[in-house]
Amino acid sequence: MDPFYGAPLRELVPAVIGVLVRRGAVFAAAEDAVQEALVEALRTWPADPPHDPKGWLVTVAWRRFLDVVRSETARERREVAVEVEPASGPARDTDDTLEVLFLCAHPALSPASAVALTLRAVAGLTTRQVAEAYLVPEATMAQRISRAKRAVAQASFDRPGDLATVRRVLYLVFNEGYSGDVDLAAEAIRLARQLAVLVDDPENDGLLALMLLHHARRPARIRPDGSLVPLAEQDRTRWDRDLVAEGVTILQSALARERRGELQLQAAIAALHADAASAAETDWVQILEWYDELLALTASPVVRLNRAVAVGEADGARAGLAALDEVDPALPRHRAVAAYLHEKDGAHALAARLYTEAAALATNLAEKTHLTRQAARLNSSLR
Amino acid sequence: MPKYLILKHYRGTPATVNDVPMDRWTPEEVDAHMAFMEAFGERLEADGELVDAQALSPEGAFVRADDQGRGPVTDGPFAETKDLIAGWYVVDVDGWDRAVELAGELSLAPGAGGRPIHEWLEVRPFYGAPSATGD
Repeated sequence: MDPFYGAPLRELVPAVIGVLVRRGAVFAAAEDAVQEALVEALRTWPADPPHDPKGWLVTVAWRRFLDVVRSETARERREVAVEVEPASGPARDTDDTLEVLFLCAHPALSPASAVALTLRAVAGLTTRQVAEAYLVPEATMAQRISRAKRAVAQASFDRPGDLATVRRVLYLVFNEGYSGDVDLAAEAIRLARQLAVLVDDPENDGLLALMLLHHARRPARIRPDGSLVPLAEQDRTRWDRDLVAEGVTILQSALARERRGELQLQAAIAALHADAASAAETDWVQILEWYDELLALTASPVVRLNRAVAVGEADGARAGLAALDEVDPALPRHRAVAAYLHEKDGAHALAARLYTEAAALATNLAEKTHLTRQAARLNSSLR
Repeated sequence: MPKYLILKHYRGTPATVNDVPMDRWTPEEVDAHMAFMEAFGERLEADGELVDAQALSPEGAFVRADDQGRGPVTDGPFAETKDLIAGWYVVDVDGWDRAVELAGELSLAPGAGGRPIHEWLEVRPFYGAPSATGD
């Protein structure tokens, strides 16, 4: 994607879909037409940029839409009156980005479908880019997107959607992008920024803060060879201080409104990590307090597991292991946390065995390698 | 160009020369092994021979339809099976000899003591499409 035209162009996509829908196109057809206009824009704009990018996109997309309607009408040999020219006058000034976002992250959609549709219709990525990001063939992604559009065909464009679902979808985009030439984490942050502006809700700010605080650590999280660097071993000089500062500021004003939610609490924990000059200076006591509040709010087994680590750091390994006893052992990473706490407790042979077991249960190769390496480190020191 | 599958196994191959499980290596030996694998994959791609490379978790199960018409039944995890696939490369190369050569290089990945593992790789040709002149 052309770096200069890409981002401003893509920001227009949901609003242009909105214009077409307001003119009477159904969402699925409008979205298809805008996607075609987008591909055309990516091809022609670098050499011949329009004076009015949004107007250009609306004109080209509307023409594509009419072409499709006409050919379908001809094929069906029916006399259907088609409004060829849109009502003249200025386009509505309201931005339909939020309506498009609600539709794409509709609760009726599976997470994978919602993610794909959001990336195309809200983030303005091409099907090929979405497919590359998730390592599936382009034809497969195209099918997933058309099925998703059929699934939301009956949904009303104007009815308010489910904000929690939208936030979940954006967090998935942030957290589970794989490859390709698009930085999905950066895309997710861009969309979360838009959401925070469009809807005044402290949890939207919590989502944005959480993403910024995690993103700030990214330069230190993965070595050039792709291996993972645990939080405690990261080179903190490589954390992006500007992102940390922005995340903390957004979080503080959200928390001040006293309408706490899961994302604000997770961001608070991330902020305390980001705030520590070294791993040893981490304020685990305060982190544990946030985990207690988070657990009271969500009763989530994953929170319970992460809380056991915090207990181990705040109150010692034995206390952490006691907290781990309350956690479902079937959880992914349970074994890895047990290994960590037993090593902290001095039981190195047991910890090594648990790390080996944890490696076999890992759900990604980087984590598996990291855990195997931990077992290797302990076994070497035991020889 | 014919395609071949180069299959890595967690277990089930004849014994290797340097047969020490990875958690008994030093961390540096683990790093060296991963760096070798990374470089091997990158070189395959740079040479225009790589189609796909994937690694499999040792977890999983056998699945079949139940003969009573109820939902599928599973048998596993694979604790008892003799053979367990760990992952694969799919390569598109000039022929069998090149595929074997590549598997031979992969087999020299360093293991315990920094010495080559001499791991057994399984090389399997894909069936190709019928040729336009094959009738």
